[in-house]
Amino acid sequence: MIEFLQQLINGLAQGSIYALIAIGYTMVFGVLRFINFAHGDVYMLGAFAGLYTAPKLLALFGGGPSYAGAALVLVSAMSICAVVGVLIERICYRPLREHPRLTVLITAIGVSLLLESGGQFFFGADPQAFPEIISDSAIELPASWGIFSDLTVTIGQLIVVGSTLVLLTVLRTVVMHTRTGMAMRALSLNPVAASLMGVNIDAILSFTFAIGSAMAGAAGVLTSIQQPSIDPLMGINAGLKAFVAAVLGGIGNIPGAALGGLIIGLLEALVVGYVNPTYRDPLVFAVLILVLLFKPSGLLGKSEREKV
Amino acid sequence: MRMPNPKSILILAVILCAVANLFSSAINPYYYDILISIGINMILAVSLNLVTGYTGQFSLGHAGFMAVGAYFSAWMTLNFGFFLGKSAPATSTVYVAALVAGGLAAALAGLAVGVPSLRLRGDYLAIVTLGFSEIIKGVIQNAEPLGAQRGLGGIVQHTNLFWTFLCVALAVYGILTLVHSTYGSGFLAVRDDEIAAEAMGINTTKYKVLAFVIGAFFAGLAGALYAHFKQFIHPEGFNFLKSVDIVVMVILGGMGSTAGVCLAAVILTILPELLRTVASCHWLPDPLRNLAENRMILYSILLIILMLNRPQGLFGKLNFGSRKQ
Repeated sequence: MIEFLQQLINGLAQGSIYALIAIGYTMVFGVLRFINFAHGDVYMLGAFAGLYTAPKLLALFGGGPSYAGAALVLVSAMSICAVVGVLIERICYRPLREHPRLTVLITAIGVSLLLESGGQFFFGADPQAFPEIISDSAIELPASWGIFSDLTVTIGQLIVVGSTLVLLTVLRTVVMHTRTGMAMRALSLNPVAASLMGVNIDAILSFTFAIGSAMAGAAGVLTSIQQPSIDPLMGINAGLKAFVAAVLGGIGNIPGAALGGLIIGLLEALVVGYVNPTYRDPLVFAVLILVLLFKPSGLLGKSEREKV
Repeated sequence: MRMPNPKSILILAVILCAVANLFSSAINPYYYDILISIGINMILAVSLNLVTGYTGQFSLGHAGFMAVGAYFSAWMTLNFGFFLGKSAPATSTVYVAALVAGGLAAALAGLAVGVPSLRLRGDYLAIVTLGFSEIIKGVIQNAEPLGAQRGLGGIVQHTNLFWTFLCVALAVYGILTLVHSTYGSGFLAVRDDEIAAEAMGINTTKYKVLAFVIGAFFAGLAGALYAHFKQFIHPEGFNFLKSVDIVVMVILGGMGSTAGVCLAAVILTILPELLRTVASCHWLPDPLRNLAENRMILYSILLIILMLNRPQGLFGKLNFGSRKQ
């Protein structure tokens, strides 16, 4: 029982990371109807942005691990990733907006490969140690909790889950309660009608990429707090799983992406804990195939009919 | 210009590779290795071209089919290699049977991928094919009889120029005649407009599955050739990046252009070797040499520029036997 709860806690932290990445996939799919393959690599860039900015930003607060410094690192990584995301959209996707989807898809794969191999070129292919931006340690649970006091909860896990909740709340407010968010929803409903109503499509697309990439950047830093070893190819696997999460929740649906991320994270933790760690990756893909076969619209998505 | 007769070309090609094979001992082993790789890559590219180029189903899992063919055929020759005795004709028979069996096993995997793919298109399909190849890799990594994570070694080398290019000729001939036949126009119809094709009474389901099955068969054949040439196979040799290599060949050559795709397979097999030569030139500045070592950077930039400026691929609609327009 305790072991099961422990796996759930571990899965929750990992699931939060997937949820943050999955949001970028789902938002871009919502407005552009295509999968931004390069998204997982933006997450990788977030981790490296954290790696390179952390020493300077932490020095502002005395050099050691500190919460204010960690927050600054997080914000800087998010801004860097937002800029990268906007640039990717401007340079690679915007000229192809009227092209067949296959062309855009291949371009996205090209961008993804470019970020990976460029990362290996500039950052080096070997894994690097992420600096300690907060002092991560297990929290002593009070003995009065009975058997639950045997659970291990780390500060890192709390921070990951907490930051994810905050970011998701902010995102929801932006999408549901601002004019830009309304324009974004209009665009995903019907691009032509939205542009006729005066929505500046280019600006909204840039904004969508900026937000999605910022979330991925945050995920990059948050994941490095828990697993302080980062390499330029870390985005492939995480990106694929987050994509599975987005599909599981219903692609185009933001709460769905968050839900899907959590489910995938929990599922992974349970497989690692109870079955065999080598089955972790195949299982996630099996989930994807099953979802697409039996409920292609995902858990929270609406199915769409194809019209000629 | 119209080809005289596909069959006579096929026979000529077979005779040519049989003759070339006689001189194989005179070829520098390094170049020999490259020649065989060119052949294997041509089969892979041509078979993916049937799925992606002619039928319009984007697949990111071609290396998975290759893995099925490689492992199944290797397992066969390792266990039944001397089933018919140790004489050359006997082992050759087993080898050919293993090649065919590898192809058939991959075709079966292609059927397994093709059926769920019926409900998906475009981006989803790409991810599902990728997922399937990852699952195949995962199964192999956990299968003790196949060497699991250690890889499978001790395979007898049997692939030579003759067998490789015989398979190339068969793949090119088979796929070209298929898509140029009346029956094969269905593939192109599915690619051009699935809904219109369906309205015209074409069984799009059947064509899509068929494309996957035939494409997977030839990919499995290529895998079997590869296993019996390298004598050692490892699950990581059939990963996502291998699939991307094949996709780049098809896109560079021009989707739906068999001749272009073959040409691209040749170029992209030689290119890494050339880049390696560049990288070992000590008089070149270091950044340039590092860049040459990182062929993926060049590939990815090539892909993006190609898609932005020339989505039909370098060689466009160039094809064997096509009239100049």
